[in-house]
Amino acid sequence: MSQSPDFDNWICPLPLRDYPQIVLGHGGGGKLSQDLVEHIVLPAFNNGALASLADGAALNIAGIRLAFSTDSYVVRPLFFPGGSIADLAVNGTVNDLAMLGAQPMFLSVGLIIEEGLPLSILGTVVEQMAAAARIAGVQIVTGDTKVVDKGHGDGLYINTSGIGLIPDGIQIAPQNARPGDSVLVSGMIGDHGMAVMSVREGLEFETLIISDSAPLNGMVAVLLAAVPEIHTLRDPTRGGVASSLNEIARAADVGIELEDNQLPIRPEVAAACELLGLDPLYVANEGKLIAILPAAQAERALESLRHHPLGKDAAIIGQVTAEHPGIVTTKTSIGGRRIVSMQVGEQLPRIC
Amino acid sequence: MKYLTEYRDADLVQKLLFEIRQAVTRPWALMEVCGGQTHSIIRNGIDQLLPPQIELIHGPGCPVCVTPLETIDQALAIAAQPGVIFCSFGDMLRVPGSERDLFAVKSNGGDVRIVYSPLDALKIARENPSREVVFFGIGFETTAPANAQAVFQAKKQGLTNFSMLVSHVLVPPAIEALISAPTNRVQAFLAAGHVCSVMGYWQYEPLAHKYHVPIVVTGFEPLDVLAGVHSAVLQLEAGRAEVENAYARAVQRDGNQPAQKILSEVFEMCDRQWRGIGLIEQSGWQLLEPYRAFDAAHRFNVHHIQTTESPLCRSGEVLQGLIKPNQCSAFGRECTPVRPLGATMVSSEGACAAYYQYGRFIDPESIPG
Repeated sequence: MSQSPDFDNWICPLPLRDYPQIVLGHGGGGKLSQDLVEHIVLPAFNNGALASLADGAALNIAGIRLAFSTDSYVVRPLFFPGGSIADLAVNGTVNDLAMLGAQPMFLSVGLIIEEGLPLSILGTVVEQMAAAARIAGVQIVTGDTKVVDKGHGDGLYINTSGIGLIPDGIQIAPQNARPGDSVLVSGMIGDHGMAVMSVREGLEFETLIISDSAPLNGMVAVLLAAVPEIHTLRDPTRGGVASSLNEIARAADVGIELEDNQLPIRPEVAAACELLGLDPLYVANEGKLIAILPAAQAERALESLRHHPLGKDAAIIGQVTAEHPGIVTTKTSIGGRRIVSMQVGEQLPRIC
Repeated sequence: MKYLTEYRDADLVQKLLFEIRQAVTRPWALMEVCGGQTHSIIRNGIDQLLPPQIELIHGPGCPVCVTPLETIDQALAIAAQPGVIFCSFGDMLRVPGSERDLFAVKSNGGDVRIVYSPLDALKIARENPSREVVFFGIGFETTAPANAQAVFQAKKQGLTNFSMLVSHVLVPPAIEALISAPTNRVQAFLAAGHVCSVMGYWQYEPLAHKYHVPIVVTGFEPLDVLAGVHSAVLQLEAGRAEVENAYARAVQRDGNQPAQKILSEVFEMCDRQWRGIGLIEQSGWQLLEPYRAFDAAHRFNVHHIQTTESPLCRSGEVLQGLIKPNQCSAFGRECTPVRPLGATMVSSEGACAAYYQYGRFIDPESIPG
């Protein structure tokens, strides 16, 4: 990797897609988020571990392969059907580590608390974090608290960082996806995003949609034991399955072809998305993984996922191809084809 | 999903496609009027499945696309005022005005909120009596009844801190403007099912007769769209030009009477600018005199704002079906969903955005038509 700036491809970081300042879309996990990372963050920090743009960094320290990751959690409301900011803060970072094939071990926690937050809520959140850590098999070993003025935060923001060990022989990265590989997803997509949206927007659906927040390290261990030659793992959180697959297609310079009919989607999530004009492929998940692996191993991988309680609805949803590198397409349910592109910012509900 | 999956049945789609192929003997240009139909056509890949003789031209029925630039600039000016809570449907936030969009106003401290119904904005007004709450009342006949209801309720409840920036547009005058244009290539229209569910379809009968053009009321699911195409093709091949209803499960000839009643209580017809097309006489609705006090353009004195559109953007020609989005030289270059020059690239229903989103890598030669 070059240490000096590449002036041929250099782009002034300031006029970001015509927005001179941060807009909400920069946090949406789409192209605007990608811009922030590529034009502001990467040039400044510039190192090999960061450049892979995986869910976390894989580091070699004194002969040990360590996974290291961090994530911040800003969700409104703090508690939603099926989970809370506490579950997300533990599971999210555990999952980022697991997507490198690592066994997550230790987490840190930073609590940024808004003045006026009831102590009882903070207490509940911390207890829930402890419970989530027990379930995930990790310890929270260091932390920090800060209080900000009233009106400067949605009650509570949490940052967690984590480290874990990557077992010998495991080489998992977005760049490793190869033409001919199969694409698997471990279960129903779009649950988390629609669960949060249904309470945030005050939408009243007949059926309660529950967040899928869960630690994936157990399922990853089972999967790796069955199929050690996994090429890529990703947890499709913000921006959903579509954004994760676009990032992989770009990183590995391959095309990806999905089949709409193979996508596991709960009827109530599909219905809520229809109602709001959203595409479930772009809706966030917090307890699902995408696995990309040689087609010959796909059935075995599928079987091992389905034996795990979190993977009973796992499915093969598509394949990696050498055609149209960097682009994800899907075969529609009536036999047509369309592009599954990267969203610009957040998905916006359509007018009618 | 009950009442949805039935209309996406792959076998029935194949059957209908077969019937359309059997019926077609020569090229026909059909326009689907509504952006929701365009979205469904591209999202499901319907245009790739039709016989090559059938060209689908994407019409002007996307409210986000045709709302005039000056109305967007007026919205931006109002939203930027201190004390204002500006409420809008989600996809209007990214529509560029002359210099910025509602997201940028929000990022500068403006209180811009996404709502799902104008009645939500009314509720916000009741809960914030010291703030001015403005709803961006745009769209076709489909969104109009709820907007009319909101203004009606505001007056009834004596809400003095609620107003609406109204820029409603109407389908029939737009269809007539398109057919009567010297450049018109459209030979049949798939009328917008949702609009017709409100207004009915009797208004289209004189148009079909006068211009000898088939008009088929059409829905949005793959089978609905194909049923509309089938009906239009049968008429064209037989030399007929009638109004037919291929969306009978939602649309009746007279439409929704209570909705029309509230519309005539609150709105009156007016001339309206269409982004990319220009002025169409008697093609919009504005608030009637007794409700004028709820007109945000008057309340915030933003009438004077006038603007002109980018000379690069050819969204007008796209909206009139004269060019395909990817035939515009700015498409995918100067103009992308991230940096849209025209509104057709902004809305998920806009023809350019639909092309960019779903068909960008497809060789233009391989696209039917």
